[in-house]
This record gives sequence, structure tokens and C-alpha cells, in this order.
Amino acid sequence: MSTTTTRGVAQPAPAKASPARPRRGLRGNPTFNFWLFTGPFLIGLAIFVFVPIVWSIWLSFFDARYTVTPSHFIGFDNYKQILTNSGFSDSLVTFTVFAAFIVPTTWALSLGLALLVHRLRFMRAFFRSVFFLPTAVSYVAAALVWKMSIFTGVRFGLANTVLGWFGVDTVAYLSNPSPPWYWLVIVTLRLWIQAGFYMILFLAALQNIPAELYEAAAIDGAKPGWQTFRHITLPQLRATSTAVILLLLIAAYQAFDEFFNLIGQKATWAQTPLMELYKAALGTNQDYGAGSAGAVILSLLICLVTLLQGKFMGFGRGDESK
Amino acid sequence: MSALSNNNWSRRSLFRAAAGMAAAGTLAACGSNNGRGGSGGGSGKNLVQYFHAYGEAGTEQAIKRYAAAYKKADVRTNWITGNNFESALFAALLSNNAPDCFEFHPQLQMVKSGQVADLSDIIDPVKDDFNPNDIKSHTVDGKIYGIRMIDDPQFFYYRKSMLEKAKVDVPTTLDELIAAAAKLTTGKVKGLFLGNDLTAIQNPIIWSAGADTIDDKNQIAYHTDGVVQGLKQLRGLFTSGDLLLDAPADWWDPSALNQGLCAIQWCGMWAMPAIQKALGDDIGIFPFPKIGSSGKQSVYNGGWSMFVNAKGKNVDAAKEYVKWLWIDQKQYQEDWALSYGFHIPPRNSIAQQATKLKSGLPAEGVKLFTDFGHFDNIAYDQTMQTAFADVIASSVRKNGNPEAALDACDKKVNVELKKLFG
Repeated sequence: MSTTTTRGVAQPAPAKASPARPRRGLRGNPTFNFWLFTGPFLIGLAIFVFVPIVWSIWLSFFDARYTVTPSHFIGFDNYKQILTNSGFSDSLVTFTVFAAFIVPTTWALSLGLALLVHRLRFMRAFFRSVFFLPTAVSYVAAALVWKMSIFTGVRFGLANTVLGWFGVDTVAYLSNPSPPWYWLVIVTLRLWIQAGFYMILFLAALQNIPAELYEAAAIDGAKPGWQTFRHITLPQLRATSTAVILLLLIAAYQAFDEFFNLIGQKATWAQTPLMELYKAALGTNQDYGAGSAGAVILSLLICLVTLLQGKFMGFGRGDESK
Repeated sequence: MSALSNNNWSRRSLFRAAAGMAAAGTLAACGSNNGRGGSGGGSGKNLVQYFHAYGEAGTEQAIKRYAAAYKKADVRTNWITGNNFESALFAALLSNNAPDCFEFHPQLQMVKSGQVADLSDIIDPVKDDFNPNDIKSHTVDGKIYGIRMIDDPQFFYYRKSMLEKAKVDVPTTLDELIAAAAKLTTGKVKGLFLGNDLTAIQNPIIWSAGADTIDDKNQIAYHTDGVVQGLKQLRGLFTSGDLLLDAPADWWDPSALNQGLCAIQWCGMWAMPAIQKALGDDIGIFPFPKIGSSGKQSVYNGGWSMFVNAKGKNVDAAKEYVKWLWIDQKQYQEDWALSYGFHIPPRNSIAQQATKLKSGLPAEGVKLFTDFGHFDNIAYDQTMQTAFADVIASSVRKNGNPEAALDACDKKVNVELKKLFG
């Protein structure tokens, strides 16, 4: 590997190239190097994450309409206001139900795709890319495609064109909440976008399962297929599954982009918690106090759900179970 | 690594090069391609103005052209596309990069919170030349807080040929409108388009039922039997299958009518040139029909106004600029109102000279504006409008009880009224 030593050429004097010689000055100082590399990121984190969090908590105790530097302390009034706001509480219920559906569905789909791709003998990279590519699409762009070309309510929308072949009248998927076809639009979009990402996580986990386990199971008489999957593969994916479910839960409660663009703000259904907070703080009301109180409540709720899920499924127990 | 060593590149020289590029970039930013309104801008103060994106071609260039002609300050235009103009504006108003002036609708809470500056001193000398209703809708405690740039009446456009073929008369009542929608609906064409979420007609429903948003004493005036009746009728229309829903372009865009997706569409006068271009003479207009026996046909006289950020860094310079553009420069005001979409100039002296509005369909639009028009009430703010949008969502789009929905709306509006008036 050395580029300085050549056959037939005298070695440099040891004193000039001593590898053990400590570097002088700041660059040799590990503490300096630590701050040099992590400092900028910590500053960014502080400015863009921690300061807003603290500021938001502070705002939640003030009457902060039309201002983010309020002076009138009102205690927990903003919390009372946001908790008695039926829109916010309804959104929490709606999104608990949504999470209960979308989390296992995405988990199953992404695991299924991962198993499919993992077992492919040819064109594995191609299919892996095909399933992963939607992850690169923004929710906003996907929502517009879904809304304006696939699930538009007019006769030349893709879905309505297909229905028209069977003599079915046009369907307004997004404007009409009954029957709630809008969930079909939202769920298909979300599955299309996020399944590929979680597929990659499962694929990595599948590739880490030792082949010896399957060989040993086969010697012990385990049938390939469902029995092997249930008793070998699935337990080995426990740590990844826990992480995936955790990420999916948080993503479900933090849903915003596609709902904002598909359903809009002028509905009383399918409003996500973040949309309600957006309406309270950044929308027409400009009530930054109530919006901040809602943000604190939502953060605590996500923490609580995460901890409960962690306790139920066991963070870090994946390694122990191997 | 070796290549770098052989080429006299060092970390210091790389740093110098990067610093030089940064400096060059900074200098370049001082050149012409700096995002300002146009070439030949003025000197001295830098001003920022916010506009929502108008749909008519040429509007953005027009606004930037006007700004570039102003010599006492460099005016940069922030043209906000998408449907989040309000959010972008409100968020910006809180920051250090707040706009110095911006377009919006008259809102009492913006006055109460000190967000908009008193413009009485620049409007008073020409106050009598403005439509009195526009002055009234921008006045709080005798002070005028915004300059109306354009008046935008909203009404129904209909395809004459389609109504003739279906033997349908122009509707004057909501019952007739619903019946017409049913007769006009065919396999390919829906009878009526009121917008994808129906909120465009939320004020006309109130006015056509003979009610008002809030009254002169700033109390709720929309919760009447006539409004309840109208909401129930609209629910029937919504579920009839005769209403166009989920159209690719919403109510403010005439595409649904122009593309033959519907026979009647709610839209604004701004779209008249585009509709006439697409459909020629096969087009007529009528106001929102009356609801119930005590109702009256109505037209919503919307529009946009220019405000000055009272908390901005350049309040005086911004006032001077908006006076220059929206009071002194009548040729720009006329161009803005009539050269792109059609709008009614709020200045009488400009409106009277507007030959484009003197005959044909535009003249009919002006007549509907005059005969049936309702203007913004500055005290009926965004929060209250959002509360009534929930009524539409709950009782028309979702099968909720209109009375219950209005009761819920009353609570929210009363909270807001209490905040505004104590």
C-alpha cells in the first residue's frame, strides 16, 4: 500500500517519518477534531430542532395569536382549547384507526416484496430498484398524480375510465365522503410510496440470516415454505420488524402531505393531527399558542405510543433472540 | 491523492478558490439576475411585495413590470404559487423577511393585531373616486386599511345551447337550479359545477337565503331557517349525481365549462375572456338563485386589495410605493383590471372609461355586480369563514344535520367575535 517505498531506493531516515510522532497544534487534539466535525451539525440541530421545540413549549403557555413573541401568559388555556377542539380529537381517533390499518398492511406488503426479491435468481437488482423507486417520489407529486390523473372524478380519469368499461358511472373519490372512497386513494398512494423503503430494510435483514439455520432446519425435517418462514425467518426478522413498525407508526401520526393535497383543509373528515395543527397555527387562525399546545400533545402521544410499542415488541431484544 | 499532490493543489489553495467563488457569487447577486421585479429598477430602499398566483397569462409579468417602473425603490415581487398563499403570507409576516406590502382581503383581526398600516392619509384625497362599498369594507373606526385593486364578481356561467336543447330556462330559484342540473346531466356532461369542495358558494347561500354573515351589531346573522333550507336542498343536489365533483381544475378555473364537463359553472368575472375565447357567444351568466320565499338572488363581489405591513422595516416607503402604483398610476390599474382576465376597476374614473366592460357579456357582469352584489364584511374574518366551511363539509358533503352543524359553527364564531369585540 505504501507509495513512498520503491525497491532499490534507500529508506528515508526514521527520524523524518516517525509514525508514532504525535501531531502538534489543534489538529492533533481529539477534542478539537470532535467539535470540528460534530460542531456544525450540533449547531444546526440546536437552531433548527431544539430551539423550536423549546420555543414551541414556551408559546403553548401564552396567548400567541398573530405573534411568536407573546407576552400574555395564560397557563394551560391553549391545551384546554386544543383538547376541546373536536377537529383535533377526531383527527387523533381517525389516525389511530388509520395507523392500525396502514402499519400492518405496509409491514406485510414490504415483507412480501422483500421475500419475493430475495428469492429471485435473476434481475434481482432490477426488481429491487423498481419497488424502491417510488420512495424517491415526493408525497406532493404523487398526490397530484393520484388526484389529477388516476382518481379524478371526471369521466377521463384512469379509474373512472376502467369503471366506464363496465358501465359504472363516474365516482367522486375525494369530494364525497360517503362512501369513503378517499381511503382507497390515500392507502394505495401511501403503500406505493413507502413499501419499497421498508422492503429494503427487510431485504437487508433477510440477507443477514445465516444459511446454516435453514440447513439445520431442513436436516431436522422442517418443510420449506410456510413452516420455515414462520419458525426461522420471521423470528430472525424480529429486530427489523420492530424498527419498521416503529417508523410506520410515527409516519402514520405525522401524515400530512398527501392528505393536505388530496383531501384539503376544507373537510371535516380525514384531517390528520398535523393538518389540524397547521390550520390552528399556520393557516387562517394564526394561533401559534394553540398550535404549539397541540404539537406538544401530539409529540407526547407519539412518544407514548412508541414506548408502548417498544415495550410490547421489545426494543433490542432482536439480538438476544438470535 | 497523488494527483492532487502533483498539481500544486493544497487545502489552502482549495479554500482560497472556494472563497473566491463565494465572493464572485455575491458580486453576481448584485447584477441583473437577482430576482427583482425587472430591469431598470430604482435605487434606495428595497421593498418586497407578495402576490398570489393569478391564473391569467401575463399577470406575473405585468406586476413585475409595474414594480420595475418605480424609481424610488427596488421592489421585489414574491409570486406565491399553489394554494397556500395565506399560510406563506402569514408565516412571512412573523419573520424578519416579512413583505413590506402584500395583497389580501380586508380582515379585522389583521387590523386589531397591528399587522396592517393605516392608509387613510393616502386614500382620503381620492376616496370619493372609489366604489363606496370597497371603502366601507376596508374601514375600521374611520381609518382605511387597504387599497382595493380589483373587484371580482362571482356568478354562474352557462352554455346557452345546452339549456336550449334541454328546454331549461335560466334558473332564478335554487329549486329551479337543482331541476336544471338534473335535466342537463347526460352520460358525458354533468349539469352543474360548484367547485370541488363547495366552499366557493358558502357566502352566496347565506345572502340568497335572505340572511347575512354577521349583522351591523357584529352578531351572527347567518343562522336562519332559510339557510338551513338551502343547506338541505344542496345536500339533495350533492347526492343526485347531477353535480360535477373532483374536477381536475377547481371552480376558479373555467376548464370544466370550456372542456364540456358541465353545462353550468360557478366562476368569477376574471375568467370571462377565456370562456368567450373557448365558447364564443354560447355563454350566459346569472346570479346565485334565491333560496326560499324570503330569499334574493346574490353575487359575491370578491376581489383583492393591497395592504402595507405595519410591522415592516419600510412602512413609509411601502406606503409611498402603493400610493404610486394603486392610486397614481391609473394606466397600470386599468391594465391590471382589463388586459388579462376581466375585473371591475374599483375606481369610478377608471371603470367609466373601461370600454371592454361597456357592452355584451362583460356589461351583464357589471350589472349583476351592481344589482345583486355583496361585498366583504371586514369583521367576518377567516376563522369565521373556516367555521362556515365546516358547515358545508358536514351538512352538505357529509350527511350531517344542518342545524347541528350551524350550532357548532355558532360556537366558534361567537368565540371569535368575543376576541374581536370583547
